[in-house]
Amino acid sequence: MKLVTAVIKPHKWEEVREALETFGVTGMTVSEVSGYGRQKGHTEVYRGAEYDIALVPKIRIEIVVDDNDVADVTDIVVKAAQTGRIGDGKVWVSSVDSVVRVRTGERDEAAI
Amino acid sequence: MDGYYAWMIVATALVLMMTTPALALFYGGMSRSKSVLNMMMMSYIAMGVVGIVYVLWGWSMSFGSQDQLGGLFANPFELFGLDGVDAGGYIAVMFQMTFAVITAALISGAIADRVKLSSWVVFLPLWITLSYFPIAHMVWSTGVGFISKHFGAQDYAGGTVVHINAGVAGLVLALVIGKRVGWPKEPMRPHNLTLTMIGAGLLWFGWYGFNVGSLVFVAGDGGKKDIAQFMSETGVTFLNTTIATMAAMLAWLAVERLLHGKATSLGAASGIVAGLVAITPSCGAVELPGAIAIGAVAGGVCAWAVGLKFKLGLDDSLDVVGVHLVGGVIGTVLIGLFSSSDAPGGIDGLFYGGGFGSLGDQVAAAVFAILWSGVFTAIIAYAIKYTIGWRVADEDEVEGIDFAEHGETAYDFGTSTSRFGKVGAPGAIKEGVNA
Repeated sequence: MKLVTAVIKPHKWEEVREALETFGVTGMTVSEVSGYGRQKGHTEVYRGAEYDIALVPKIRIEIVVDDNDVADVTDIVVKAAQTGRIGDGKVWVSSVDSVVRVRTGERDEAAI
Repeated sequence: MDGYYAWMIVATALVLMMTTPALALFYGGMSRSKSVLNMMMMSYIAMGVVGIVYVLWGWSMSFGSQDQLGGLFANPFELFGLDGVDAGGYIAVMFQMTFAVITAALISGAIADRVKLSSWVVFLPLWITLSYFPIAHMVWSTGVGFISKHFGAQDYAGGTVVHINAGVAGLVLALVIGKRVGWPKEPMRPHNLTLTMIGAGLLWFGWYGFNVGSLVFVAGDGGKKDIAQFMSETGVTFLNTTIATMAAMLAWLAVERLLHGKATSLGAASGIVAGLVAITPSCGAVELPGAIAIGAVAGGVCAWAVGLKFKLGLDDSLDVVGVHLVGGVIGTVLIGLFSSSDAPGGIDGLFYGGGFGSLGDQVAAAVFAILWSGVFTAIIAYAIKYTIGWRVADEDEVEGIDFAEHGETAYDFGTSTSRFGKVGAPGAIKEGVNA
C-alpha cells in the first residue's frame, strides 16, 4: 500500500477529482494549504505598496492506494493538474505499513 | 420649518453611523486579523468618551457666546453640562457632537495595532479639548471665531475642523508613537477588504448627513427665506457631495491602473473617502464643474500621496495623512479656485473672476489649522509618551493586540478543532487548571 500525496493548483482541483473518480478512486483527504516552490510566491499591491506574499494557496490531496494502482493514480493526477507553467505542484509517493477501516475493523488491502 | 428639524434628526443619526460602524468597518478591514477588534474599538471608544465630553464642555467651548482670547475658543463653563441650553437646541448639540466623535475616531487609523486602550482613552478628551473645540469655534462661530473673523475662509462641513485637524493629529501621533514592530519589512496587508468596502459605502451614505446637514440659515427666522435657502442649498450640497465622490473614485482607480497595472477594490474604497473628504469643505462653495474637478484632483493626488509614507519611513498605518490631511487640504485650498458666487457660499474664486482673495483666505485657514493641530497634538502626544506611555509590549503587538488588550480574538474559523478547551463561569477555568 502506498500513500499518494499531491500538492496542486487550486483551480485544477475539480479536474483532478473527476479524473480520479473516473479511474475508480473512491475516497481521498483534501486540505487547503499554503506553500511555495520555484515560483516563490507572488506580489499583491495595496494602496500602491507592493507586498511579496511568500506563501500561495494550494490544494493537498492524500490518497491511500493499492500497490498495483500507484503508477496509474500518479499519472492521472499529474496529467489532470498540469498546465505547463511554474507552480503546478508536486506528487510524491510513500509507503504505508497498515490501514484499518474504523467502521468495520477491516485491515490493509480490504480497508482501502 | 418642521421638515428641517426632522431632517436634522436623521442627519445626526447618519453622522453617528459614520463612526459606528462605518469607520470602524473601513479601518477594521484594513488592519490585520489579529488587531481588527482593537481597531474597531478605537472608534467605539471615541464615540463614548468624546460624546460625554461634548455635552459637558464641548458645546460650550465650541459654540458658547463667551468668546475667549480674540476668538480662539469659547468659555467651556458657560454652558457646562448643557446648563442654559434650551431643549429645542439639543438637536444642534447632538449634530455637532457626532462631528467631534468622528474627527477623533479618524485619528486612530494612523496608530493602528499598537496603542494601549488606556492611553487612547486619556488622549481623546485632551485632544478634542485642545484641538477640536477651538478649531470648531474658530471656523464655525461665524464672524467671532478667529479663522472666520480674520480669514473669512469657507469650510462648509469641516475640511479644516475635521479632516486637516485629524490628519495632522494622525501625522504627529504616528511620528511620536513610532512604527509597528516589523514595519515596513513585514507585509501588513489588509485582512478583510469586504469589510472595508462595506465601511466605505456606509461612510458615503452617512456623509449626506454630514454635508447636507451642515446648512446654516442666513435669515434664521424660520420663515420663507429659510425655506427657500433650504431647498436651493441642500440641492447643491447633495449633488456636489455625490458627484465629487464618484469622480474621486474613478480618478483613484485610473491612477492605480496607470502606476501599478490594476484597479483595486481598496483603491475604490479609498477614492470614495478621499472624494468625500475633499468635497466636505467645498460642497457649499462650488458648482458642478468645481465638484467634479475637486473630486478628481483629490482621488488622483491621494492615490499618489498614500505611497509617500514608505519613502518617509512614517507608519501612518491606514493612511490618515494621505487621505484626510491631503484630501482636506485639497478641498480647502481648491475652494479658492472653484468657488462661485452662484453657489450657496456666494464667493467668486480665482477661476470665477474673484481674483486671489478667496485663495489666500483658504490657504491661510488651512495653514493655521495645520499649525494649531500640530502644536497641541504634539504637546499631548509627548505628555502621554513620557507618563503612562503609548505602546503595548512588543510581544503583545506581535501576538495580537486583540487578545492582549481585550481578551478576545475576532475570528473562529475552526469547526471541530475549536471544540478543544473548556468553558465555564469567569475564573472557573483558571481555578480548574490550577487545581
